[in-house]
Amino acid sequence: MTVREIFDTMSYGLAPESAATANAWLDDHNRRFGMFVNGQWLQPSDAKYFDVIAPATGEKMAEVVNGTAEDVDNAYKVAKKAFKGWSQTADHERARILYAIARGIQKHHRLLAVVESLDNGKTIRESRDIDIPLVARHFYHHAGWAQLMARELPGYGPVGVVGQIIPWNFPLLMMAWKVAPALAMGNTVVIKPASATTLSALLFAEIAAEAGLPPGVLNVVTGADGVGKAIVAHGGFDKLAFTGSTGVGKSIRRITAGSGVKLSLELGGKSPFIVFDDADIDAAIEGVVDAIWFNQGEVCCAGSRLLVQENISAAFYDKLKRRMDTLRVGHSLDKNVDMGAVVDQRQKETIERWIEIGLAEGADLYVAKCEMPSEGVFVPPTLLTNVEPASSVVQEEIFGPVLVGMTFRMPAEAIALANNTRYGLAASIWSENINLALDVATKVKAGSVWINSTNLFDAASGFGGYRESGFGREGGREGLFEYVKPAGHKRIQAEIPEVENWGERVYGRPGGGSSVASNGLVDRTAKMYIGGKQARPDGAYMYPVVNPKGEIAGRAGDGNRKDIRNAVEAAHAAKGWADRTPHNRAQILFYMAENLAARADEFAQQIRRMTGRTLKSSKEEVDLAISRLFTYAAYADKHGGTVQETTLYGLVVALNEPVGVIGISCPDEHPLLGFVSLLAPAIAKGNTTVVIPSEKYPLSATDFYQILDTSDLPGGVINIVTGGRDHLSKTLAGHDDVDAMWYFGDAVGSQQVELLSANNMKRTWVTYGQQIDWLDEGQAAGDEFLRQATQVKNVWVPMGE
Amino acid sequence: MSHSIPRNSGSELDMAWVRQAQVNKSAAGRRAKTLTTRRSIKKEHQVAWLLKAVTMIDLTTLEGNDTAGRVVRLCAKARNPIRHEQLEALGMADVNLTVGAVCVYPNRVREAVAALQGTDIPVAVVSPGFPSGQVPVPPRVEGIEKLVEEGAGEIDIVIGREHVFTGNWQEIYDNVRAYRLACGDTAHLKTIIETGELATLTNVYRASIVCMMAGADFIKTSTGKTKVNATLPFSLIMCRAIRDYQERTGFKVGFKPAGGIRTAKDALAWLILMKEELGDGWLTPELFRFGASSLLGDIERQVSHHISGRYASAKYMPLG
Repeated sequence: MTVREIFDTMSYGLAPESAATANAWLDDHNRRFGMFVNGQWLQPSDAKYFDVIAPATGEKMAEVVNGTAEDVDNAYKVAKKAFKGWSQTADHERARILYAIARGIQKHHRLLAVVESLDNGKTIRESRDIDIPLVARHFYHHAGWAQLMARELPGYGPVGVVGQIIPWNFPLLMMAWKVAPALAMGNTVVIKPASATTLSALLFAEIAAEAGLPPGVLNVVTGADGVGKAIVAHGGFDKLAFTGSTGVGKSIRRITAGSGVKLSLELGGKSPFIVFDDADIDAAIEGVVDAIWFNQGEVCCAGSRLLVQENISAAFYDKLKRRMDTLRVGHSLDKNVDMGAVVDQRQKETIERWIEIGLAEGADLYVAKCEMPSEGVFVPPTLLTNVEPASSVVQEEIFGPVLVGMTFRMPAEAIALANNTRYGLAASIWSENINLALDVATKVKAGSVWINSTNLFDAASGFGGYRESGFGREGGREGLFEYVKPAGHKRIQAEIPEVENWGERVYGRPGGGSSVASNGLVDRTAKMYIGGKQARPDGAYMYPVVNPKGEIAGRAGDGNRKDIRNAVEAAHAAKGWADRTPHNRAQILFYMAENLAARADEFAQQIRRMTGRTLKSSKEEVDLAISRLFTYAAYADKHGGTVQETTLYGLVVALNEPVGVIGISCPDEHPLLGFVSLLAPAIAKGNTTVVIPSEKYPLSATDFYQILDTSDLPGGVINIVTGGRDHLSKTLAGHDDVDAMWYFGDAVGSQQVELLSANNMKRTWVTYGQQIDWLDEGQAAGDEFLRQATQVKNVWVPMGE
Repeated sequence: MSHSIPRNSGSELDMAWVRQAQVNKSAAGRRAKTLTTRRSIKKEHQVAWLLKAVTMIDLTTLEGNDTAGRVVRLCAKARNPIRHEQLEALGMADVNLTVGAVCVYPNRVREAVAALQGTDIPVAVVSPGFPSGQVPVPPRVEGIEKLVEEGAGEIDIVIGREHVFTGNWQEIYDNVRAYRLACGDTAHLKTIIETGELATLTNVYRASIVCMMAGADFIKTSTGKTKVNATLPFSLIMCRAIRDYQERTGFKVGFKPAGGIRTAKDALAWLILMKEELGDGWLTPELFRFGASSLLGDIERQVSHHISGRYASAKYMPLG
């Protein structure tokens, strides 16, 4: 075009970022990369290679090793060896190295950005202005955590050797999110980048080594799915961290069930983008652009489900369509585009298939009228309206530049639609009414909530999901706990026998031994306690409670599936408990302690009768149970969350929200104290519970419902179902409407619970038969209990007028 | 200058619209910040865009010590803003490239009109009340009538900012309406809302739509005499107001950022803003102007650099 023609048309031209330095770097490696293991490039003589393709052009850029299970094992051994030294380095030493890595990223900022854009197809604007700065920020922030580890996390140490599997959508950023906290906390790492995007991980490894990271601390094994599977199935890794699809996340949960491995999973999403009629509409339109056409929509937390208030929806869609037409799609290195190529041909086909499904389901299609490149794998910005919650394009993650739009009438309906999903990664809320926005932010089930903004990230704010979007957080103080464990705790690697028919039970019958002397007491019938009412067991069976001498101390209801079903329903009906003020919850816990104290002798006698322990020991248990209720009455209003110090001008608040309905399977030891130690933190933080008391000694728990009845506790907050621990746990762990399962039983049961939990990705907390000393307040109360009872939601509130 | 675009005749004052206006500052800031990171104008495109920018400059002198001589010199520059041999080198010699207007104080109008005789370049005048607006309305209306008689083609007038803060939108509407009437059929009215003094984006939006409802041909950010003048976020919100007004009435109203726009890079940023938010239809001097005094010099240097490949010196650029 001549200057004159451009003068007349005022068109945009090409503004390509140079790839010269990136090409020179590829040439430095002869365009054939080994794996980075033990500080060296490793190219086994029999290695196979696969091509690295630039999705914007289809060009081959280099080849990388297609690693094997052997390569994973080798890298594991290297990391295991390196762990000895790295875990012993002084905090300041690790801090200095992480700081050097952060500086290294900044020094090679442009090269990293160009390599990332070439390999992934994302625009250079995004890699340059968003991905790479966030990577550097993550290492700065975690250099700080390394420095402060002993002071801020006293009593904690590294987990060990960590296996990490990362996706292709933000290759380097996801690597930073995993590697920075792992290294900061003294772990060593074997990481597998996605096969579609390997280059930035290799470049990063080079930069980290240059920054002084000792050999073997960070090892990069490239390859296809086989490498990922080998990491998951290896068994040696003490911790696995995965970001990717919910389907793969579930299979990882199942494969690792019972292995004692620490697991964090950051999975899919279908995040709502909610626009109220009092929003700044033009701002919200730009928000949509940043929500779904950021990174070609290949973003796990993409605002892919637009919910617009019905009274503004027509105008909103018009504005949105007009805005879509001004988006530009093109080569990833063109500085004049809004969207680049999707990652590969397969992904393009997947996205196009979803669009077809949407159309088949009756959706209206709008495709941006932008020019599309003639080569490479591109998908234009796409909007599907006239869709309903029942449409599969509304339910399923598309992972591409496809937005689905629906309307709502009122805030309550917006919340209902927003939460009508199995995912819970993020939400974006647009309103100029702060009361409304914060109310919705509180009620939406998602790990990150952005008010009048979207897709904001920062190292100081933990990112991660609710529900089937996974568990664990990346970033912030909350993210550190994924990479530490109490110092001295060994990973439990139990030999778990194969069991058939786990959880099957033949219900109780009369007989079974002589009764404990009644001392003139009137016979009592222990009931279950569901929805604040005593309830007979659905199956109408009772089982004997036998003390160590073989005498029968009483009989308890022998619960079945339906008792669990009823209890879970009651727990859901009681969810208003979470909206009670913390002060009110504290009052009720104090009151429970008061009422238990008033009947301390009777409870001690029951413990003695069931367990055969001395009265002194039984009394001690009751006293500690009273004290423990005090502990969580105290915590009820002292664990609300923190203000996060991010780069946003505004308020970023980490809220410790209740998990929801928690199933609790109590330990046999200390029938009262174990029971109280678990239910108290759960209800203190606003959860409702279904508790399976000690199978052996359930009567302290059934006595306890009289305490509950006299303590103003709303019905349904604590539901007690007695019976076979595993028989009941099986139903509870498999229940799709239970959000977490705590299992304080044996190794077999722990494995089964982890396995069953994968169906709805409920959080699990299991002990593999390892006993907690419930008498020791240090072990049996505090941080870990509170963390298990809560999930962190980060709410981002930008400010300024 | 030909006027192919139907002139805004104004509309009733719609107070419901004024009251419900909502602008989110942080979101506006994010958009403004990424406008120039999402687009990059390089090489031939850059030089063509900069030449277009030249045609949109209201070449301005608004100093207490302006004299007839100063204004004549400025008008000479307005006629030939880019050296002819440079236009030739760019294949633009046949384009009669001039600035959009020359902008002066009322006392300098006659001289400017005389100096621009034979060209299409209008004389824009900052009218009585500039820059504070703390002047009664009747003499301002009389002043406009006189300036139009003297040949002013464009009247840049300030609104009374006090009324924004007292919520007296009716007063602003009535005043601007009166100024517009005083302009008659020939002169175009640019209303300066003085963004820096309005302080909030919501005020900026409200003032913008009220001026358009009252019949403004252009809305203009600032006088250039306050600490904060044209910024991208202020401009973004004014552009959105223009878009909303067009959606409701069908009229295209012009936009003029003024004050603080000094570099070629700034000019490109505002052109990107116009193209992105309002579309190509606004990339014409009829609907977009820069109020600037030193911008032209920087554009000249960039144009020279494009042609020669060497960084340029101001001593080769004729003074305006």
